[in-house]
Amino acid sequence: MTAVLPPRPPAPERPVGGRLIDQFEYGLDAPICLTWELTYACNLACAHCLSSSGRRDPRELSTAEAEAVIDELQRMQVFYVNVGGGEPTVRPDFWHLLDYAIGHDVGVKFSTNGVKLDRTRATQLAATDYVDVQISLDGATAEVNDRVRGTGSYATAIRALENLAEAGMKDFKVSVVVTRENAGQLDAFKALTDSFGAQLRITRLRPSGRGADVWDQLHPTQAQQRDLYEWLLANGENVLTGDSFFHLSAFGEALPGLNLCGAGRVVCLIDPVGDVYACPFAIHENFLAGNVRDEGGFQRVWQSSALFADLRSPQTGGACTKCAHFDACRGGCMAAKFFTGLPLDGPDPECVQGYGETALAARDLELLPPRSSVDHSHTGPVRGQPTLLGVPSIPARICDESPLAGFPGV
Amino acid sequence: MTAPATAFDPALPWRRSRSVALRPEPFGALVYSFANRKLSFLKSKTLVSVVESLADHPSAEATLVACGVPEARRGAYVKALADLARSQMIEVRT
Repeated sequence: MTAVLPPRPPAPERPVGGRLIDQFEYGLDAPICLTWELTYACNLACAHCLSSSGRRDPRELSTAEAEAVIDELQRMQVFYVNVGGGEPTVRPDFWHLLDYAIGHDVGVKFSTNGVKLDRTRATQLAATDYVDVQISLDGATAEVNDRVRGTGSYATAIRALENLAEAGMKDFKVSVVVTRENAGQLDAFKALTDSFGAQLRITRLRPSGRGADVWDQLHPTQAQQRDLYEWLLANGENVLTGDSFFHLSAFGEALPGLNLCGAGRVVCLIDPVGDVYACPFAIHENFLAGNVRDEGGFQRVWQSSALFADLRSPQTGGACTKCAHFDACRGGCMAAKFFTGLPLDGPDPECVQGYGETALAARDLELLPPRSSVDHSHTGPVRGQPTLLGVPSIPARICDESPLAGFPGV
Repeated sequence: MTAPATAFDPALPWRRSRSVALRPEPFGALVYSFANRKLSFLKSKTLVSVVESLADHPSAEATLVACGVPEARRGAYVKALADLARSQMIEVRT
């Protein structure tokens, strides 16, 4: 399971004092920021879904198991979790789990496409302390958004934002994945967000899940990355980024936030069936550290897994450590490298110094990039399917969709 | 910008804010405010014991002495405490 990582010498002793970033490299007793995907079920079929969501997994954690995870997070003093999916609000016990977490000192920040945020829910959220809401939107216009997220998804998100604003909800977020198609809309996103009294959050597109299928087409160009970097330097204090653009720091000035890959060190992912991965963008068996259902639960996985121990020894070798910008970008995003078929101790595919492009060109094309075996994508057409990959085919006769169609004797 | 409501005065009695939780870590501790949802880091174990024992002493200055912070380092600790006061991680005892 750990063979994926380049060989590293045994971890040196943790230094005493010094910079926090150096301390984080050695890991923490509990994560600072934990992502918990409550379900793989989703009403949408976004072209770039990082978790290849769509269908519910029958092995999903039960309500009681999810409560037990929350109890454990409270004991470990994980002060808040980022809840996502799939679409977390389609879980029937979502609102119960939200209250349960808050009642156990675990704050919740959840991401949603807005499908369930009607006026009643918006009012309920506005009255709840210690909860944050992020509405996903990947275009400042319906045209740009719906191509990737599906027809009608822009309208759904805007309705949810209106409901939250009307209910007097404070500090809710609009969460944007920056793509080649929306990178020119940053000011428009900011204006839209401001108009609802909300806060803008932008994050990086990773080639994870179905994102691998559209990454070549959607990841920002070098020129767009430069513009994004300048935009973040100018606006960064008022915009959240989940510290996901640290690879841009190699342009020169460090961006605000943690400029380090936190996978298995300060962040991790619990997926809907309880599997613990090094980060939300690394749903692949090579980054699977254990399961919360195992003996010892989440705490044992976090503190004792061999994979996480390996991730917590600082990188000392590889091409990047010889680069003058290594201290700025720390080699970039592990998941971005892995799912584009690049070595983990080499440059990020979007390395702003251009080493990523060289590395991509030098890949052995015989070897396909690794793919996750975890795929819950809808298998049939979905209402309002994204058109990025072309118009979905409509079955000629409805019976063509029948699971028994074509069987003799039916 | 207006000045913070209460500037940090090391002669006053302080304590860890009642809405703040402290999680020990190998390098020191992580502090989290349930009131303003801010996260901060205490970068040394001595600073952790200072913050934890503020409530037992008549002033922040007395706490530094009791925790054995050398005189030459007290300026740095006062600055760290002032930062924590600004982010409401510690509060004046009344």
